[in-house]
Amino acid sequence: MSGAATWTISSVRKALQTREISARELAKEFFGRIERRNPELNAYLALSPERAYAQADRVDAAISRGERLPPLAGVPIAIKDVISTRGVQTTCGSKILETYVPPYDATAIERLEGAGAVLLGKTNCDEFAMGSSTENSAYGPVRNPVALDRVPGGSSGGSAAAVAAGLAVAALGTDTGGSIRQPGACCGIPALMPTYGRVSRYGLIAFASSLDRIGPFAGNVADAAAVMSVIAGHDANDSTSAPVPVPDYAAELEKPVRELRIGVPEDYFGEGLDQEVRAKVQAAIVRLEELGCRRVPLQMPHTDYAIATYYIVATAEASSNLARYDGVRYGLRVPGATLMEMYRNTREQGFGNEVKRRIMLGTYALSAGYYDAYYLRAQKVRSLIARDFAEAFQKVDAIITPTAPTPAFRLGEKTADPLQMYLADIYTVTGSLAGVPGISVPCGKTAAGLPVGLQIFGPHFSEGRVLQLAHAYEKSMSESSSAGN
Amino acid sequence: MKITREDVLRVAQLAHLELTAEEVELYRGQLDEILSYVGKLEELDVANVEPMAQVLFAAAGEAHPELREDVRVACDVAGAVLAQAPDAAKPFFRVPKVIER
Repeated sequence: MSGAATWTISSVRKALQTREISARELAKEFFGRIERRNPELNAYLALSPERAYAQADRVDAAISRGERLPPLAGVPIAIKDVISTRGVQTTCGSKILETYVPPYDATAIERLEGAGAVLLGKTNCDEFAMGSSTENSAYGPVRNPVALDRVPGGSSGGSAAAVAAGLAVAALGTDTGGSIRQPGACCGIPALMPTYGRVSRYGLIAFASSLDRIGPFAGNVADAAAVMSVIAGHDANDSTSAPVPVPDYAAELEKPVRELRIGVPEDYFGEGLDQEVRAKVQAAIVRLEELGCRRVPLQMPHTDYAIATYYIVATAEASSNLARYDGVRYGLRVPGATLMEMYRNTREQGFGNEVKRRIMLGTYALSAGYYDAYYLRAQKVRSLIARDFAEAFQKVDAIITPTAPTPAFRLGEKTADPLQMYLADIYTVTGSLAGVPGISVPCGKTAAGLPVGLQIFGPHFSEGRVLQLAHAYEKSMSESSSAGN
Repeated sequence: MKITREDVLRVAQLAHLELTAEEVELYRGQLDEILSYVGKLEELDVANVEPMAQVLFAAAGEAHPELREDVRVACDVAGAVLAQAPDAAKPFFRVPKVIER
């Protein structure tokens, strides 16, 4: 990666405090990296240098006044383009919002900037976060920085690629069925989906409201925890955000993992799991046992029904949420002789294939005569999947699985077959449906050098424990690799 | 599962999508395949299972999100919002005529 320095949140802080670099110089360094690398990766859709430099100057002024720095002072971050940023285009990877510039900031953005973070720009994603490869973006696919002929995963592929390529220190993504964790696994970086309701979604452009969550990507687990500490917590502007106290995640990281019970559900290791992925994940479980965790075999019998459930629930909600794009109030308008014709022309030309497919599927599942057979049945099976998790967490403190069934696949490999693409989320959608937090943490590479992700689920609002286990694992791996050198 | 061309056209109309002839045929086949896969949900007996209508309530326990006080707060964004509209004449969004005389 051209030998560029790897910045972390703590190294940024140290460099700023010792005046080794200013926040403005650091932002400039990152914009230079983006200029060099983005034409190839297509990770960023828009840059926000004015906003970034104004924020960097505020940080530098605070440093020169000798003020105590907020937790993310000067840290360059990237934002998935489904999260509203005042004055900075927010397209959702869609033609229908190509011209849209939000008049307000999402709460997560306000909190990040309030903590001193420097917003570099908006990252590419599957259109309206619908996809598992970022190939559904209207603005072209993102390439995986680890292997350029591969996808970065999706739908938050731009955020994952930006962090993995050193084009941001951390990034926000969103996860509806795996869209943070799966790209984290594909690009080889930690990626956290918090509990449903943990992070405010005010200003997040909705895909499936009972599933959507905002969460961080970072170069290491401690940085993911630092971002979480800033963005988590109740927000009066989001009625689904939970008034549950937020712990100090950095302090949680160092708690001992000895005696934690880790559940390993055999249902996640069946047919369709790549052999190299299986071997890496099994080795990671052994490593956690060596750290003192107690392995508990589990059965989660409804796992196999999760994809079918998810693609009814998520598309039904999407068909409702995306009804708002009609060419009247913002974004694209394609004229028509009548109001109805204008709606239909706008939606036909504004939406891409996958979005239309999901709107069609969701509309079908909600339509008269099919509601009970599809939507209501899926909502009932969702209860069974949530019950699998609730029962498992009676016996264990965390659940360990692969994040994805295969490493990053090749660009174009699955675009012709939507169902095959959907199956890339087979191990992540379960936790999405149940509302629990889950992290993907890198657990080695295949012989071809492709990253493999280990997924750790915890009970509702246990981000601290999930991060703690991921951190302990990451630390032990880096210690053994440096001992081996 | 057999999704017909008529099913696709009916759903497209409900969803306000103007599909091309190629799209109708593409989605017919793909919806048929996806819904056939979804048919596996029929293997489960859900007669006595409640649908999961809320994600958070069971999890958050006592900490249910409360409804906030119904108080007026200033919201001076009309200008900024209308500025995003493809066709606005303050304080309205303008659209093709919907009332026949």
